[in-house]
Amino acid sequence: MDHDSAKLIAVAIAVLPLLGVGIGLGHLFAAWIGAVGRNPEAAPTLRSLGFLFFALTEAIGLFALVIAFMILFVF
Amino acid sequence: MESPLAQFAIHPLFHLPMAGYDLAFTNSSLAMLLAFLATVVVFMVGTRKAAVVPGTLQSVAESIYQFVETMVEDNIGHGGRHFFPLIFAIFTMVLFGNIFGLIPTNFTFTSHIVVTGAIALFVFCLVIVAGVARNGLHWFSIFMPSGVPAYIIPLMIPIEIISFLSRPLSLSVRLFANMLAGHVILHVFAGFCVLLAGLLGGFGIILSLLPLSVNVAFMGLELLVACLQAYIFAIMSCIYLRDAVDVHH
Repeated sequence: MDHDSAKLIAVAIAVLPLLGVGIGLGHLFAAWIGAVGRNPEAAPTLRSLGFLFFALTEAIGLFALVIAFMILFVF
Repeated sequence: MESPLAQFAIHPLFHLPMAGYDLAFTNSSLAMLLAFLATVVVFMVGTRKAAVVPGTLQSVAESIYQFVETMVEDNIGHGGRHFFPLIFAIFTMVLFGNIFGLIPTNFTFTSHIVVTGAIALFVFCLVIVAGVARNGLHWFSIFMPSGVPAYIIPLMIPIEIISFLSRPLSLSVRLFANMLAGHVILHVFAGFCVLLAGLLGGFGIILSLLPLSVNVAFMGLELLVACLQAYIFAIMSCIYLRDAVDVHH
C-alpha cells in the first residue's frame, strides 16, 4: 500500500469515534427530553446543564477530527 | 479551490525585530486587538450613562456581568470572589473572539491552539499556585478521592493525577477544535457554491442556493457554538479553580 492511500485509510479510522459520540448525544438528548417531560418546572436548570453536557460530548468528536486533520496535513 | 485550512494562516502585517526575534504584529494580533476594543467599547459605552432602566447596550453589559457573576458564585463558591475578574476576562475574550471571527473575512484567533493553550495553561498553573498558597501541602489531597476502599487507592491516585494533568489539554483542544471545525465546514459549503456555479453555469447558480442556505443555517449554529464554547471554557475554568479554593467538596 502506498503512502497516500494508507494515510486516507488512517484518516477514515481516526473519525470512527464519531459512532460513540453519536450514541452518547442520542442518550443525552433522550434523557433530557424525558426529564423535561416528567418535570417541566426543572426545564431552565436542565437546559443549561444539557447544553453543557452537549458541548462536552461534542468535543470528543472534535478531538477525533483534530487527529484526522493531523494525519492528513502533518504526515 | 484553496485548502479549507488556508483561512487560518497567520501572516505578519509589519515586522518588529526585537532582541534577535521577530515579534511581528500579525493578523492574529490585529484580530485580538479589534476584539479587545469591541469589548472595551461595549462595556465603556454601556455603563457610561448607567440608568435604572437599562438601555440596549447597558443591558448587554449588565447581563454579561451578571451571567459571569452567577457562574462564579455557583461553581467556585463564595471563596472564589477573587477569581471573578479572571473568569470575566477569559469569558469576554473568548466570547468576543469567537463572535468576531464569525464575521466573514475576519480572522478567528481562538481557532489557534497557541491562544487557547496559553489561557488553559494559565488557569492550570493558577490552580496549583493558588491551591498550594491557600491550603499548603494539604492541597495535594485532591488527588486522593474520599470514600473509596483502601485496596483501590494505589490505582485511583495515578488516574486522578493523569486526569488532572490532561485538563489544560482538553480545555484548549475543545475550544480550538470547535472553532476550527466550524470554520472548515463553512468554507467547504461556500466552496460547493463556487464549484456548482463554475461547472454548470446559470443552472449551477440556481443550484448553488442549496449549499448557500445550508451555510446560512450553519452560521446560526456557529453563533450558538461561539457563545456555548465561551460559556464552557469559563465554566470549566471555574470548576478547575474550585479545586484550589476548597479541597473537600
